[in-house]
This record gives sequence, structure tokens and C-alpha cells, in this order.
Amino acid sequence: MYSEQVMDHFMNPRNMGEIPDADGAGEVGNPTCGDIMRITLRIEENRIVDAKFKTFGCAAAIASSSMATELIRGKTLDEAWAVTNRAVVEALEGLPPQKLHCSVLAEEGIHKAIDDYRARHGMPTANGG
Amino acid sequence: MNSMTDRRSRPVYMDHAATTPVRPEVVEEMLPCFSERFGNPSSIYALAREARVTLEKARGQVATAIGARPEEIFFTSGGTEADNWAIKGVAAANKKKGDHIVTSSIEHHAVLHACRALEKQGYRVTYLPVDEFGRVDPAAVEEAITDKTILVSVMAANNEIGTIQPVAAIAKVAHDRGVPLHTDAVQAIGAIPIDVDSMGIDLLALSAHKFGGPKGTGALYVRRGTRIGTFMDGGAQERGRRAGTENVPGIVGLGRAIELATAEMPQKAPRLAAMRDRLIQGLLETIPDTRLNGHPSERLANNVNVAFRYVEGESILLMLDALGIAASTGSACTSASLEPSHVLTACGLPPEHAHGSLRLTLGPRNTEEDVDYVLSVLPRVIERLRKMSPLSPERYA
Repeated sequence: MYSEQVMDHFMNPRNMGEIPDADGAGEVGNPTCGDIMRITLRIEENRIVDAKFKTFGCAAAIASSSMATELIRGKTLDEAWAVTNRAVVEALEGLPPQKLHCSVLAEEGIHKAIDDYRARHGMPTANGG
Repeated sequence: MNSMTDRRSRPVYMDHAATTPVRPEVVEEMLPCFSERFGNPSSIYALAREARVTLEKARGQVATAIGARPEEIFFTSGGTEADNWAIKGVAAANKKKGDHIVTSSIEHHAVLHACRALEKQGYRVTYLPVDEFGRVDPAAVEEAITDKTILVSVMAANNEIGTIQPVAAIAKVAHDRGVPLHTDAVQAIGAIPIDVDSMGIDLLALSAHKFGGPKGTGALYVRRGTRIGTFMDGGAQERGRRAGTENVPGIVGLGRAIELATAEMPQKAPRLAAMRDRLIQGLLETIPDTRLNGHPSERLANNVNVAFRYVEGESILLMLDALGIAASTGSACTSASLEPSHVLTACGLPPEHAHGSLRLTLGPRNTEEDVDYVLSVLPRVIERLRKMSPLSPERYA
């Protein structure tokens, strides 16, 4: 059902945990649907120097969070913003159709964490806040 | 954490409610039916008569196992067909009498979706709630019955949580109002004693592969005199009520399997129950924020169903699989929908707890060592997943 990449990132998740006093944090999903993802970022000079995740959810949700944090580490905020759910799916060598929403959740989590950082620094955010 | 990927030399299969291995004695009895005694039971030469004899022997074995008469047993392609036939067949045959069916909210989808299909045709269905342990109250059945009710359908034992229903009491209230009772006994056969007469069962669905028989074979018991329509049109097999050349090897396997399962039940059930109780106690004691789903005592001897908070079921299953343990969950994440188990939510479990449910169903091949192994690795799996989870006791305090 799952690709080797998904199983690898599920069994050996990268960047699992929470950054204390993170510069940006975002949480998406809800427990009723069985998925919650929390992304925390360390940001220096507009660049993501560290990203961590905590996820309640299925293997696809955990693997998507792990891969998404891998993809955005070292990127500028604009570059990280442009990492789409499609990019996460491709890096994972595919997800079953009913699990694609897990990759969408990862993209949303990253956006929310970046927006949190921007809002704290008086920068314009995606939702105009 | 290499210990998470260590496989055991022998896998631990604890998903017997999903299916069971076919017993060697059953395979042995089936084998000659494929290429030696392969005749079509409807033909008239000697080879066919042999097939007819084995078919009728199996019918007798099934009848004996549930206290029925052979002519009340109709072979089907499995439990799902038997449930569909019972519900849709009784509905079709009683159209003039009424249009109302009473069932429970924790039935197998074979029953629930058959009822939903009838609703689309204009029938009305009452889906009775259950208590926190998954039990249907016979008094609620009594209240739900109207003069338009044509069938009550309540399962003998639940496939997810193993709760045993008060079928005899439900049958009595149904009969008092002249309504027949159907029961989905797919999980109950070979697990608890079933006697259609003393329990007042009018229709009963069973499936061979749940008790050591082959997949794709089941039966519907129909009490003599019960009004029911034909479900499969075609030839005159099964006395004209279920067309199609009989699956002779499967039916022979069903007959042998049900005979063995019911004969061995008195010895096997206590052993399974002891392993079940050790698993339940062990898990509740060693893993915090864990609860038992289903009834504490009125449950199948082989069923363990627990909910671990803050983690999700599919993740648990995949980690257990990596450790060589086959189990099941009521989480949505194993299906296409986002809804967790309808059974657990009907018992009042909030969806976020239902997502963390794990079902272990034991079988005769499981050993005390299997129980020890599960009890030794499961706490580590849950701890590992909880470390990954943003949910915590503080958050839900």
C-alpha cells in the first residue's frame, strides 16, 4: 500500500519533536478526523535553519510531516512557502489517493508556521493578518 | 530503534475475526471434491450423486451445529450474501404486511448497507442505539416495533468489540408481536453456543472462513414457514431458492469446519478467554490512558479491543506488522472514509479515541508466548507513537 520512502519516513521519522521557543509554529488538522500536525521552525535571517514536527495520525501523515520538514530545512521563507503538497508526494514516491490529504495537511502546516513567524514580525501574511 | 523492525521468526496472527486459516482436516475433506468427485450435484449419473451425497452431508453438519433441520439450511457465497438475502428477501416477501425493519446501529455493513438499500426503495428502518458496552436493550426493540414491522435483525456477537447480544430476549419481544428475528451469527458460530430453537432465531447468517473453513462459503438458516423471497434467480438448486451450481468443495469444507468448531468449543473457549483476559489486563496495566472497548464479561472469548489515547490506529498496525503481529483497528485511516468505526462511535466513544483503537482476535493456534510477545512490544509501540503525537494528557485535561 505504501512506498518504501513512506515506510522509511514512518519507521524512521526525520525531525520529529518540537523546537523550544520556536520562531514560528503552526498546527493543522483536528483529532476528529484522525490527523493533527504541529510544525515548529527556527528561523535566522529569513531562512529556516531548523524544522520539527509532531503528528497524530496515520503512517502517511507521519511520513508527510517528516518529508515536508526535510524539504524546507535550509530554504528561505519564500522558497519554503513554494514547497507544495505535490512536491511532498513526489519526494515520498507517491501516496495512495485516499491519503493525499495528508500531504495537503503538511503544506498547510508549513504555511501556518511561516505565517506565524511573519505575523510576529509585522510582516504581511497569507491571510492578510 | 532497531528493535522496532526486528521480526519474530514466527508471525503472530491475531486477526481471527477477519479470517482464519483453513484447518488441515477441512482441506483434506475438500480436496477430493475438486478433481475426483467433481460432479455437478444436479446431474443424475453416479459421479454427480456422490457430489449430492457430500453436499447433503454438509447440510446435515451445519443443521446439527445450530439445532436446525437440514431442509432449513441454504448454502450461500458467504455471510454477506446470507445477510443480504435474509433482509431483502423478507422485505420483498412481506411488502403487503409492512415496510418497517428494526436493527441496531452496530451491525456489520452487510446488514446496515442492505437496510440502507431498502430505505432507498421506500422501506423504513430503525437503527437502535446501544449502551456503552455495545448491548442492544430488548425493551428498546419492543418499543421500536410497530404493526408495520416485518423483521428484527440483531447480530449474535459483534465483530469489532465482541459484545454478545441478548438474542433470545430480543427474539421473544419480536415474536410477541409476530415479527421474525434474523441474526448475523458470523462471529458467533464456534465461539458461543447457538441453538435456533431455544434462542428463537428465525433466520441466521454464517460464514465458513471465520471458523477454520474456506472463504466464499456460508449459509442462511431459514426457519420453516418464514416468508422470504428468492434472492438469486436461475436453476433449481437449493430447492429453487438459491440458484447457481453449488460450491461443493467449499460447502464440504463448511460442513467439516462447523462440526469441528462446535465440537471443540467447550475445550477451546476457556483457553482463549484466559489469554484474552491476560492481554486485556496486561495492556490496561502497562499502558496509561487506555480503555477497554466492549463488554467486560458478555464478550467473545477471543476478542480484545482497546483504545489508546493520543495515537492513531493505522500507525499502530503498521508498527505491529513490522514486529510480525497482524491486528486490526477501528480507525478511519485504514478505509477511504474519514469516519472512525461506527461501532465504537455508537458505544459513545469520541472519534479521537476511536481512531486509537486496536483489535486483537485470538485463535486456537495462538500461544501464551504470543500473548507475552504482544504484551512486551505493544507498550513500546504506543510510547513511540505518543512521543510523535502533539496530543497529550495536559491538552485534554
